[in-house]
Amino acid sequence: MEHPSKKTQTEVTISENQLAGDYKFGFTTDVETEDFPKGINEGIIRLISEKRNEPEFMLEFRLKAFRHWETLEEPHWAHLYYPKIDYQAIRYYSAVKKKEDGPKSLDEVDPEVVKTFERLGIPVQEQKRLSGVAVDAVFDSISMGTTHQDVLAKAGVIFCSFSEAIQKHPELIQKYLGSVVPYTDNFFAALNAAVFSDGSFCYIPKGVRSPLELSTYFRINAMDTGQFERTLIVAEEASYVSYLEGCTAPSRDENQLHAAVVELITMKHAEIKYSTVQNWYSGDKDGKGGIFNFVTKRGKCVGAHSKISWTQVEAGAAITWKYPSVILQGDYSIGEFYSVALTNNKMQADTGTKMIHVGKNTRSKIISKGISCDQSVNSYRGLVKILSGAENARNYSNCDSMLVGDQCSANTFPYLEINNNTATVEHEATTSKINAEQIFYLKSRGLDDEEAISLLINGYCKDVFRELPLEFSVEAIKLLEMKLEGSVG
Amino acid sequence: MLEIKDLHVSVEETPILKGVNLKVNAGEVHAIMGPNGSGKSTLAKVIAGHPAYEVTQGSITYEVNFKEIDLMELEPHERARKGVFMAFQYPVEVPGVTNTSFLQAAFNAICRDQGAEEMDAIDFDVYLHEKIKLLSMDEKYLNRPLNVDFSGGEKKRNEILQMAVLTPRISFLDETDSGLDIDALRIVAAGVNKLKSKDNAIVLITHYQRLLNYIVPDFVHIMIDGKIAETGHKELALTVEDRGYDWLNKK
Ligand SMILES: Nc1ncnc2c1ncn2[C@@H]1O[C@H](COP(=O)(O)OP(=O)(O)OP(=O)(O)O)[C@@H](O)[C@H]1O
Ligand SMILES: [Mg+2]
Repeated sequence: MEHPSKKTQTEVTISENQLAGDYKFGFTTDVETEDFPKGINEGIIRLISEKRNEPEFMLEFRLKAFRHWETLEEPHWAHLYYPKIDYQAIRYYSAVKKKEDGPKSLDEVDPEVVKTFERLGIPVQEQKRLSGVAVDAVFDSISMGTTHQDVLAKAGVIFCSFSEAIQKHPELIQKYLGSVVPYTDNFFAALNAAVFSDGSFCYIPKGVRSPLELSTYFRINAMDTGQFERTLIVAEEASYVSYLEGCTAPSRDENQLHAAVVELITMKHAEIKYSTVQNWYSGDKDGKGGIFNFVTKRGKCVGAHSKISWTQVEAGAAITWKYPSVILQGDYSIGEFYSVALTNNKMQADTGTKMIHVGKNTRSKIISKGISCDQSVNSYRGLVKILSGAENARNYSNCDSMLVGDQCSANTFPYLEINNNTATVEHEATTSKINAEQIFYLKSRGLDDEEAISLLINGYCKDVFRELPLEFSVEAIKLLEMKLEGSVG
Repeated sequence: MLEIKDLHVSVEETPILKGVNLKVNAGEVHAIMGPNGSGKSTLAKVIAGHPAYEVTQGSITYEVNFKEIDLMELEPHERARKGVFMAFQYPVEVPGVTNTSFLQAAFNAICRDQGAEEMDAIDFDVYLHEKIKLLSMDEKYLNRPLNVDFSGGEKKRNEILQMAVLTPRISFLDETDSGLDIDALRIVAAGVNKLKSKDNAIVLITHYQRLLNYIVPDFVHIMIDGKIAETGHKELALTVEDRGYDWLNKK
């Protein structure tokens, strides 16, 4: 069996302007890492588990998932084109080398990594931390630590890296891991279950409203390395948490794979609000490089009157394949999906949601805003499924597409499966265009380019931005404006 | 206020304006008439700074704050902020942006530029209501997306609402009368007359003499094939109504 190689990774930082246009997060960080050899086999999986000192049940979970994955074919049903991925050319583990016994807290983390997060606007050091938001910073495969642990602990909230959770709360992990997204769910979920390295775990006890917003910031740095993180959030009866997720990666000519799994669970009267601003590197103008973002996100409203709400701003990645979904099991439970997906250059996105109505009087709402520019392809794909026992289920869907220029395309694939005739389902869809004449019209009234684009974007996306926590929505608007500026006019 | 000298303009190498001269002073109303395709809208768009048109020769000088500036040096939004306005012959539909949010953003952009205080949503609402009254417009247009599915006449009236809100110094109204019904024409013309002052100027582009009964011009210009072929007073519009443009072609 091969052994993990230890090496110092040195790379030339690629000028972000040269390569990636406006992508200001395209830099790389020089850090000493511990990398596994490329490729995937049982040995690698055992090694990952061993490296992380995992209990037996974890190794078993991984091995079962791996054996199942080997029987599966890479899916190509989405409205996406990508070459067959060589899974043996990917590295499944890369970790920043730790000091003797690893950083005890974020303040001991490699200063280069700290600097990286600061450049990304995520201050992790004690003095500079964001107030009101606890951050888990994940650098390549490994969590660098979590801020504000003390405040959360006082409230009984557990928020830590997945690996820490496996060590400290194995009973919770064993109970909930794979309970919403089983490893048999799909190709990428199986792969993730086999090799996932880290991610975040949140547990909100009964009756507690998390005193802080929780957030995880994912950063891919290492080359040829896949990022396979896993997030699990459990909200006990009558609890509430708002969770944010952000992502960036360096600008590189090679594609990199990101295959994450997120599982959310709400008990009676609990609520989870999950927001994402995804800004992975999306490749250059000609479609070279960028992240393949194949993500399985699903929540389960286990208890009656519980609620799960997904809000996503998808602005990056060369390819996005992602359908944050809700299983509405508890009676009177509510599922929501608010999405803005922007594609430019040669990006491809196939994203949407699934709302599975199981319980009685369940409600779901879908608001999706696609913006396609340049030569990109942007598809909404959604399923509303109403099971026979779901009396009086209701769904409202609104899927709008906006085209910028005339070389891009937008598609809408709404699927309905209704097995109970008391259901009420409403679907609206529009397609509109932004063109140079509109920008000129707005400019001729005194708005500069930035103001004009901002007005257009704000107007178009306001139903989604409204759902984001304030600082996030400001960020998201800026991000979209920046991405659009090159494409409009 | 505005002086256009020997203006030549091309679109994709095709000359459209071929030496336009025009001088507009504060307090004046000018009318430009002329056959289809003679270049009237082109002139208005060049003044507003439309990027599709290339000025190949000549100058456009604009006097603001007692200083003469070269208008072509300015971006479209800078021109607007300095008081240049064009009511579009074909107003553009902008989905997702409500009329009110658009008007407030534009108004405040101009305020910022002129160092005036911006208006918050509440004050702006009061201000806007005065303006819609001036044009007898229904409030319901304010919360609809800008021009989207407005009727032809509603779009034209909405252009004048923008003029009323932004209070420009010089306004080119490109066929604002086309598409308005008789009552709407009277209301819009009365609105424009109220906005008129000794400090601002209006240039009406029109095919119909009727408009000029309501908004009386000091000068009437006839544009033919990219040039001002004739300039006169309001009687010239009557002559054109009577005789068409053919006699000018022959001149
Ligand atoms: N963007 C453009 N591209 C190509 N040709 C153009 C463009 N804009 C104007 N033209 C041409 O320039 C000429 C003048 O057009 P313009 O719209 O200025 O005429 P007009 O006098 O306003 O006519 P009308 O009375 O019909 O409104 C026309 O032949 C028109 O086809
Ligand atoms: Mg015209």
